[in-house]
Amino acid sequence: MTETALDRSGENLLRELAPQVLGAVIRRFRDFSAAEDAVQEALLAASQQWPREGVPDNPRGWLIQVAARRMTDHLRAELARRRREYLVVMEAPPHEQAAAPDRIGDPHDDDALVLLFMCCHPSLTPSSAIALTLRAAGGLTTAEIANAFLVPEATMAQRISRAKQKIKTSGVGFQMPTAAERTERLSSVLHVLYLIFSEGYASSIGPSLQRRDLASDAIRLTRAVHALLPDEPEVTGLLALMLLTDARRAARTGPEGELIPLAEQDRQLWDRRQIAEGFVLATRALRAGLNGEYQLQAAIAALHDEAEDAEETDWTQILGLYELLMRRSDNPVVALNHAVAFAMVHGADQGLRRLDEVARDERIAGHYRVHAVRAHLLEMAGDDEGAAQEYLAAAAKSASLPEQEYLRLKAARTR
Amino acid sequence: MKFMLMMHAPKAGWTDAGIGTWPVADLMNHIRFMKDFARELAESGVLVGAEGLAGPEEAKVVRAQTGGSPAVTDGPFPETKEFLAGYWIVDVDSEEQAYEVAGRASAAPGKGGVPLNMPIEVRQVMSAPPVEV
Repeated sequence: MTETALDRSGENLLRELAPQVLGAVIRRFRDFSAAEDAVQEALLAASQQWPREGVPDNPRGWLIQVAARRMTDHLRAELARRRREYLVVMEAPPHEQAAAPDRIGDPHDDDALVLLFMCCHPSLTPSSAIALTLRAAGGLTTAEIANAFLVPEATMAQRISRAKQKIKTSGVGFQMPTAAERTERLSSVLHVLYLIFSEGYASSIGPSLQRRDLASDAIRLTRAVHALLPDEPEVTGLLALMLLTDARRAARTGPEGELIPLAEQDRQLWDRRQIAEGFVLATRALRAGLNGEYQLQAAIAALHDEAEDAEETDWTQILGLYELLMRRSDNPVVALNHAVAFAMVHGADQGLRRLDEVARDERIAGHYRVHAVRAHLLEMAGDDEGAAQEYLAAAAKSASLPEQEYLRLKAARTR
Repeated sequence: MKFMLMMHAPKAGWTDAGIGTWPVADLMNHIRFMKDFARELAESGVLVGAEGLAGPEEAKVVRAQTGGSPAVTDGPFPETKEFLAGYWIVDVDSEEQAYEVAGRASAAPGKGGVPLNMPIEVRQVMSAPPVEV
C-alpha cells in the first residue's frame, strides 16, 4: 500500500490549526485530557485523508468536527462503561453536553491563548509544561517531542499523560487568567517558550544531527503568541531575542561541530533577514521602556548583531543594559555576563576584581562558567598560563561535550 | 545481541597529564575521530545509544541509610583507579562484532596521533528469554 504524505504547507497548516481546534473542543467538552487525544486523532486523520482527497474548504471546521465526533464516541464509551459498573452517571448524555456560548468576535484566537496559559500553568514542572506545550499548542507528535529530548517515546507519552492528569486534578479551568494573575501567568508562558528555544539552540550543535529543530518550533510558537498579543512588550522582546540569537546559528560551529564564540564568528554567515526582523521587533519592544528581562536581553543581542566585527561592539551600552538587568533580577549568570561587559569597558583587571565578587555568590561558586569567564579575562590580561589552567578547570566541570571540547581547545591554544 | 562498551580513563592526572596537555591539532584529531566513529555506527544501524559522562570531579556517591536520609558523598569510590568516561550501546549479531567495535574505539588517536589503546569493557546487555521451540 502506498501512502501519500502531507506536503510541507499542509503540515504547517495542521500545526497552526492544532491549538485553535483543541481550544474549541475543550471549550465545548470541558475535558482537556480527552480533548487532546481526540484532536491528535483528528490531526492524524487529516494527515491521511487530505493528501488523497484534498484539503477541505474549511480545514478548521473539518478538524473540529472530526475531533468532536471522537469526543462523542469517547463519552459514549465512557458512559457505557460506567453503566456496566452500575455507577450512577451524573453527567448529561453527550448530545446534551452544553456548549459554552461563543463570545462575540472570533473566539479561536482566545482559545489558542487560553490553551497556552493552561499548558504553561505554574503547577506543572518545567519539563511537563514544555512537553505539553509542544504537543497541545505546537501540534507535535509524541514521537517528535521524544526525539527532540532524546528520550524513549514511551517515556515522553507518560510525561505528557501525567501533565494532563495534573491539569485535571488541579482544577485549572479553561479560561483566561484574571487580570490580577495575568502578568505572572504570561511570564510562565514566556519562560516555557524560552526554555524550548534554549534547548533547541544548545542542541543544534554537537553529535545529535538527527534531532528535531526545537529552536524553530519555539520561534513559531512565539510568533503565534506575538500575533495574538502584539502590544505586550515582553512577548515582542522574547521573539526579537530568539530571532537575533538564532540568526547567528550557522556561524556558531566549525566544520567538526566545534563551538565558535561570538567574538570569533564569521559575521558573513549571520542571517541578515532574521537580524533585520529582530531589530524592528526589539526597537518596538524598547519603545515601551527598558523594563522586561526579554526586552533588555533582546537589546543586548541587537547590539551584538549590529557590530560589523567584534571590535566594533558597543560594550558601554551593553554594560548599561546588564546593569539594568541586574537591578531587575538577582540572577548570578547575569552578574557573570555583567563582569565580562565590565572588563570590556574598564579593562581585564577591573573585570577580574568584579568577577571575584560575583564568584562569592554560593549559587554559582565553583560553576564551570566562573572558571570559563576567569580564563577569558586572564587571557585578555596576558596571563596565558593562568588562563590555560582555568580553561581546563572549566572543561573538567562542564556537562556539555561540545563546550568541553571548546574549552580544551582554548587551553591548548593559550599555552 | 546488545552490548555495552564502557570507556575507562585513568583517574590520576586525567586533566593535568592527560588530555589537558595535548596540542590543538591532536585534540581536533581526537574529536574528529570520535564524531566520525559515532556517525558511522549510527549509519550502519548498530548504534543503540552513546553518552559521554561529565568529569569525575562532579561525581557523587549516594547511599541509603537505615533510619535516616541517604548519605551523599563526594566523588567516585576512592579505591578506583579508573573512571567511566562514557559508553556506547550497540546491537550486533555476535560477540566478535562487539569486540571489533570496541577495538576501534580503544584505538582512538591521542597525543601525537598515537592510538590511546584505552581499556574498553564489553558487557552483554541482558535480554528477554529466547523463544521456546
